[in-house]
Amino acid sequence: MTQPQRRIFLKGSLMTALAVTAGSVIGFRPQWADAADWNKDAFTAKKIDEAITALFGTGQMTPSASVKLKAPAQAENSAQVQIQVSTDLPNVEAIAVFVEKNPSPLVAHASFSGAEGFFSARMKMAQTSDVVAVVKSAGKLYTAKQTVKVTVGGCGG
Amino acid sequence: MSLSRREFLQMLAVGAAAGLVGDDLISRRAMAADKNSSALYDLPAFGNVSLLHLTDCHAQLIPTYFREPNINIGLGGAKGRPPHLVGEALLKHFNIAPGSIEAHAFTYLDFEEAARRYGKIGGFAHIATLVKNLRASRPGRTLLLDGGDTWQGSATSLWTKGQDMVDAQKLLGVEIMTGHWEFTYGAERVKEIVDKDLKASNIEFLAQNVNDATWGDLIFKPYVIREINKVPVAIIGQAFPYTPIANPRYLIPDWTFGINDDNMQKMVNQVRSKGAQVVVVLSHNGMDVDLKMASRVTGIDAILGGHTHDGVPAPSLVTNKSGKTLVMNSGSNGKYLSVLDLEVKGGKVTDYRYKLLPVFANLIPADKEMTAYIEKARAPYLGKLTEKLAVSDSLLYRRGNFNGTFDQLIIDALLAVQNAEIAFSPGFRWGTTLLPGDPILMEHLMDQTAITYATATVNNIAGDQIKVIMEDIADNLFHADPYYQQGGDMVRVGGLQYTLDLTQTHGKRIQNVVVNGKPLQASKKYKVAGWASVQPIEPGKPVWDVVADYLRAKKTVHVGRPYTPQLKGVTGNPGYAPI
Repeated sequence: MTQPQRRIFLKGSLMTALAVTAGSVIGFRPQWADAADWNKDAFTAKKIDEAITALFGTGQMTPSASVKLKAPAQAENSAQVQIQVSTDLPNVEAIAVFVEKNPSPLVAHASFSGAEGFFSARMKMAQTSDVVAVVKSAGKLYTAKQTVKVTVGGCGG
Repeated sequence: MSLSRREFLQMLAVGAAAGLVGDDLISRRAMAADKNSSALYDLPAFGNVSLLHLTDCHAQLIPTYFREPNINIGLGGAKGRPPHLVGEALLKHFNIAPGSIEAHAFTYLDFEEAARRYGKIGGFAHIATLVKNLRASRPGRTLLLDGGDTWQGSATSLWTKGQDMVDAQKLLGVEIMTGHWEFTYGAERVKEIVDKDLKASNIEFLAQNVNDATWGDLIFKPYVIREINKVPVAIIGQAFPYTPIANPRYLIPDWTFGINDDNMQKMVNQVRSKGAQVVVVLSHNGMDVDLKMASRVTGIDAILGGHTHDGVPAPSLVTNKSGKTLVMNSGSNGKYLSVLDLEVKGGKVTDYRYKLLPVFANLIPADKEMTAYIEKARAPYLGKLTEKLAVSDSLLYRRGNFNGTFDQLIIDALLAVQNAEIAFSPGFRWGTTLLPGDPILMEHLMDQTAITYATATVNNIAGDQIKVIMEDIADNLFHADPYYQQGGDMVRVGGLQYTLDLTQTHGKRIQNVVVNGKPLQASKKYKVAGWASVQPIEPGKPVWDVVADYLRAKKTVHVGRPYTPQLKGVTGNPGYAPI
């Protein structure tokens, strides 16, 4: 890994997680990711809708309270924003994370086979943006989003 | 000193007249004629658990003046609701008689005249007497909580890296605290104080929302459960959630903060399951964030809050999923002491009484032990502290959403000394007040500027970048969702004028920026003076030296109307009272 500070965690045995691929914004691809899983169109798409469609073949998603997205309301360091996606949905096949206003919105995609629906990573954010988590469960897409603010700071209190 | 309530009130009535001279005596006589003055401290004990709360004293060991804001705008759901009420609107909302001592305590109205009449506020020696009396009237059932911003805000706190305040906290008998500006002394110093000083004095430093940035472990204890008068009382700490954004992250590089509602709920559930009958959050969120948190987290009886420096006379009651939470904010600069008396019956809080007691130094005799300590702590620095820099013929204050007069003075100094086109000064909410005719001593200037990253800066910044900075800061103050705010005021500006449209959102609020009579040009670079950069920079001359040079040369200063931008969307807002 080029940037050891950044980590991706999957709960459960790593062996049950098929692959994790990360976009260019995050700056690295895990060495154990299968190169064949690299979805170039999805990771290079400039618009979030196009990235979702390129990755999943459809843009149809249902907002769901079962998709838990944990991200800071305000980023302490926009170069390393900790996000965590977890879900209690059954048969999780994939979790993807998008930063709508990044030059390439898709920042991470994890494929699952039997692992608990949990994903955690640090992302780089160019500016204040919605962060969108998409979970593929039993062939359908479920989503949650949150705004993460990137600000000049200072002046507090 | 341990007094009965009767003795204490008698003492207030006679004004402990010994040793009084001049203004103090006049002011105290005036107050003796005011029936309400002594009634102020007539606070019968109620219930069986009492929480005393002091917050954001900003290291003000000795009495001072502090003018409340005339502009503290609330928008959307916060419009017209505490804490976003100023002046007459505040008096009306809380049913406080105009012209009374309480009207002076909670508003800016007739500030100069009322301040001369009622005298200075705060001071640890006066707070100590009040605390001792409250403990005596509520024996064995009090907890003294300190909401933080205690170690920063004065020259001596900066020069002793917080030690003068830590020792004052010990003497006062603070039992539990949380923090914000404390962290600006750096992680190592904070840990040193917590692990040595506080531990030895059995003072807890609590924060459920500060974690190791790599592994997520909590840095501080999240809560304690104390048995008070046979009632298990849980106190959960909430540090300022945006410290690494609002202040330099490099000072605490391995710690991550946040509001962390989920973990707060977990902590509440945990202390309840351990048998806590009272759950209180000692918070440095700021009042708007506390109000939102109270609506999302359930099971908290009371949030004793600080950060936004709101002196709110009565609690806000917030309804959530399965209960109700009292939200309070106890002001700043040692001006008030919160007293929350709780009646706990059958394992839960059944009733309460609350009073935000203003600390009038002329009404409360100084505690001898604390006075002696303060004199000793200040002695090595007295010459430097009392250097007379200039005299101001204007009222000098800071607090308010836009430039205060003291900020205006700092801005004027930066523009002149740094030979800049534009000056920016941070919208801090601390900083004491001086009356017209008062000398400006070095320590008064330090009250406005004493931070660990005070280097004065001069940068060439492009117009479009200036607008981005102003938009970001406006959003940190006026974002519709309190979780996206930061709790400071708007950056103070000089050399430029602008319109602030509060009906707009981020990126569209700042309009019509004019520099030297000409519209701001996106690609043109402007020479901008400032201080308090949160980025790591080469240390240089601190801002207090820049301003001191200016004041020494001026000798007498006059500050006209402080600059307020052209505002859109504030008509009829009860948080807005232009003067």
